[in-house]
Amino acid sequence: MAEIVLRDVRKSYGKNEVVHGVNLDIATGEFIVILGPSGCGKSTLLRMVAGLETITAGEIEIGGKVVNQMEPRERGCAMVFQNYALYPHMTVAENIGYSLKIAGVSKAKRRARVEEVAGPLGLSEFLDRKPGQLSGGQRQRVAMGRAMIREPRVFLYDEPLSNLDARLRVAMRVEIRKLHQRLGTTTLFVTHDQVEAMTLADRIVVMNKGVVEQVGAPSEIYNRPQSTYVAGFIGSPGLNMVSGTVDPAAGVVRLTDGQELAYDRERWPVVTPGPITAGFRAENVELSNVGLKGSFDFAEELGSARLVHGTVGDQMVVAHVDGQLHFEPGDPIQFKIDPSEVHLFDAASGRRLAGERSPMPARNEAARGLVKA
Amino acid sequence: MEKRATFSNLWLAAAFIAPQMLLIFTFFYWPTGEALYWAVSLEAPFGGSNEWVGWLNFQTVFSDPKYWDSVRVSLLFALSSTALSLGIAVLLALFVDRRLAGHQVYKFTFFLPYALAAPAVGLAFRFIFSPDAGFVSAVNRIWPGLWNPAFNGNDAFIMIVLAQAWMMVGYNFIFFLAALQSIPRTVSEAGAMDGAGVLRRMWDIQLPLITPTLFFLIVINITDSFVNSFGIVDITTGGGPARATEVMVYKIYFDGFRGKDYSLAAAQSIVLMLLIIALTFIQFRFIERRVHYS
Amino acid sequence: MVERNPILDTFTHALLIISLIALLIPFWIVFVAASHDFHTVNQVPMPLWPGSHFFENISTAWVQGNFSRVMLNSMIVAVGVTGGKILIASLSAFSIVYFNYRLRTLMFWLIFITLMLPLEVRIVPTYAVAADVLRPYREILNLFGLSIGLPEWNMLNSYSGLILPLIATATGTFLYRQFFLTVPDELTEAAKMDGSGPIRFFLEVLLPLSKTNMAALATIMFVWSWNQYLWPLLIITDQAHYATATMQLQKVVPGPVFGDPPIWNIAMASNLIVLTPPVLVTILLQRWFVRGLISTDK
Repeated sequence: MAEIVLRDVRKSYGKNEVVHGVNLDIATGEFIVILGPSGCGKSTLLRMVAGLETITAGEIEIGGKVVNQMEPRERGCAMVFQNYALYPHMTVAENIGYSLKIAGVSKAKRRARVEEVAGPLGLSEFLDRKPGQLSGGQRQRVAMGRAMIREPRVFLYDEPLSNLDARLRVAMRVEIRKLHQRLGTTTLFVTHDQVEAMTLADRIVVMNKGVVEQVGAPSEIYNRPQSTYVAGFIGSPGLNMVSGTVDPAAGVVRLTDGQELAYDRERWPVVTPGPITAGFRAENVELSNVGLKGSFDFAEELGSARLVHGTVGDQMVVAHVDGQLHFEPGDPIQFKIDPSEVHLFDAASGRRLAGERSPMPARNEAARGLVKA
Repeated sequence: MEKRATFSNLWLAAAFIAPQMLLIFTFFYWPTGEALYWAVSLEAPFGGSNEWVGWLNFQTVFSDPKYWDSVRVSLLFALSSTALSLGIAVLLALFVDRRLAGHQVYKFTFFLPYALAAPAVGLAFRFIFSPDAGFVSAVNRIWPGLWNPAFNGNDAFIMIVLAQAWMMVGYNFIFFLAALQSIPRTVSEAGAMDGAGVLRRMWDIQLPLITPTLFFLIVINITDSFVNSFGIVDITTGGGPARATEVMVYKIYFDGFRGKDYSLAAAQSIVLMLLIIALTFIQFRFIERRVHYS
Repeated sequence: MVERNPILDTFTHALLIISLIALLIPFWIVFVAASHDFHTVNQVPMPLWPGSHFFENISTAWVQGNFSRVMLNSMIVAVGVTGGKILIASLSAFSIVYFNYRLRTLMFWLIFITLMLPLEVRIVPTYAVAADVLRPYREILNLFGLSIGLPEWNMLNSYSGLILPLIATATGTFLYRQFFLTVPDELTEAAKMDGSGPIRFFLEVLLPLSKTNMAALATIMFVWSWNQYLWPLLIITDQAHYATATMQLQKVVPGPVFGDPPIWNIAMASNLIVLTPPVLVTILLQRWFVRGLISTDK
């Protein structure tokens, strides 16, 4: 059963439309991450679900009911804000228990519930402090406690980790994931951080400029990006993309400088000759004495491996290389690219070419380990 | 807070601050000191230097029931006009902050009365509340003699309270609105997610968060009511009828300049100064600390 | 936010509109009263719609109140106080913030304390000083046994008497200090690297940066000094030459309770003349005025 349904949801401020018709079905218990750069409309979308923004057009349904005209409190959502939005004049206990107080729950019961929620969050000893006396991570937990205590149908997170330092962010990420496993509440989580998205999500919604680019499981998004935008945004580094002209008869993409990049013809049987964008992951590039000829620019050290940046013709290529290497800028090198891992995108629209025969092999699952680190 | 990068030319520093220091020494510290001196001395009858009398002037002042009347009137005036104008202003600010259509209009009109001089407000209110002409006189048509600030002390007092409150509403409104707008919007939104309605949020979230502003304004309003009261009282009632509106500043002016009794006026000034300093002190010491959040 | 509150919304609109009318009605009544003839204005109930004698009343009030002269005086005082305040405040704030000397904390507190006591509560001794400005210095010299004959400088009945004591407060100094403290240190360091000394830095960096603060302070000080009443009333006895606009209000006030009926139409016309400049300034420069109110907070 779909817990949340978005039907052609739009948002305009005056004449300026910032969300251009989003459609989405979210199943009960699903953890959905909305991922995109700042200003892509992802927070606006979340706030429309919460009822903090009015919906200009379209419909949002929660639990089978259209909620467009419902006030935030009637929707059964709880939200964790980016800056936590704790009530500075209330203690931690009062902050967490405030929604119960409004619902008319008795003081004793409230206290019991607050303690019940605060325990697992490690907040028991701070219940009588004010938010001003807490650390960033503790404030974050209070904000989560405040959301949890209501036992909502839906959890909404608006970039909740972006104000934390890197280490705390990883720890809180784990806590949020555990919380979801424990409670199983449908969750909508907004972030601009693709690592957060990959690690947390059941499904990721990639947004760009008010439009949904792709919806899918993390591995699917990673392995079969539906557009050059998603391809470039997901993964670290993003997909290598080179432009050229496709020659389906030969099964190659002829690059601007005349070199040829082979792709898997069985996988892309029907391709119209003409301009095209070809993409491939850095992990599927080897430095070799065959393949595309180019020159070395610089290398990024990752510890266990390095990313070799080079130029082929006038296009940039990145290779993920395990071994030690010694190159000087300008040295000639050759990039060997696995043809079965070459993705094809329409040069004009940036969409993935249609008519792909079989899904990509699951070989790249291993690559996710890299992202998780 | 201190600057890391400073200049070191001390003569220049002295030259820059000298005009300000000269002015405040001449027109603030010296007169204030002199008020203290006069308050504990009496002018010798045949000229020459003043004679030290200690508490005598204060005893004279404190044993005069008329003085206590002026204190009572001043405090009542301060408290009632402050309460009235703060109450109205906070209500207006809370509702303007809902940002319904047209809220900008209010933002830019509510403060207009504050631009007026106290005597101008006094003159306008004297006409509006005049018993035999103007606006309010109509009630005397229906119930003859019901309203007459020229004869009835209570009526006169109500009139000056309204004048002062009217003048200060706009000022207070601006501060309340600024305070409300400085509350992060997400805090209110979190309240809405927690199920609090508009009025509930005003009471539980917005009001507690603007208490620092409220206390600041209480002090400012009370001080201002002591100061402004002269212009309003002088024009509307002249302290009458029967001293019902004789506020402290007005009495000081009368004793000092009409009665030419500097020592008594100085003693009264000292009491008023102490009162105002105490208020400011209370604000800084106790209230600010208790209601500040970080 | 999605919020359905038709009743509360109606209440909000009603409350705000009624308050707006209540707050503006005194202005309207003053205007209406100033536009009727002597007979009509004394009617009970008074007319609520303007009459046809507005310009006639204004010109009568203008002549009677000697407004050609007193408006000019008020303008001189207001401009003098505003300009003087900005000059002195910016200089002293610069000294306190940008120079490092031992006495600066003391200076800061000496200036700060003046915020607490407005002129009105120390009026009697201030008057005595204004009557003989150099007396404090003479007495100090006497104390040290030096009898240098300082001349007598009487500020009563003069523009300097109207202006200088009003400048002797800390309002602007604080505004400038707050602002200077927000100016990043890097800016000073960059200026120093560029070879700028303190005066050049003050004139070419700080002052241009503080334009908005200056505008806010100027608006607030103009209105404040225009509206001064008690001080001019005290020190000006030569009313023909030095009276200010607000002082004229005392003359149009009806006398004792008994006697001739008050000439309300002319009184209200005078009132309108007196209140117009500050009201105009606040309306035209409302942005600065509001900003000034909030940042000077006395």
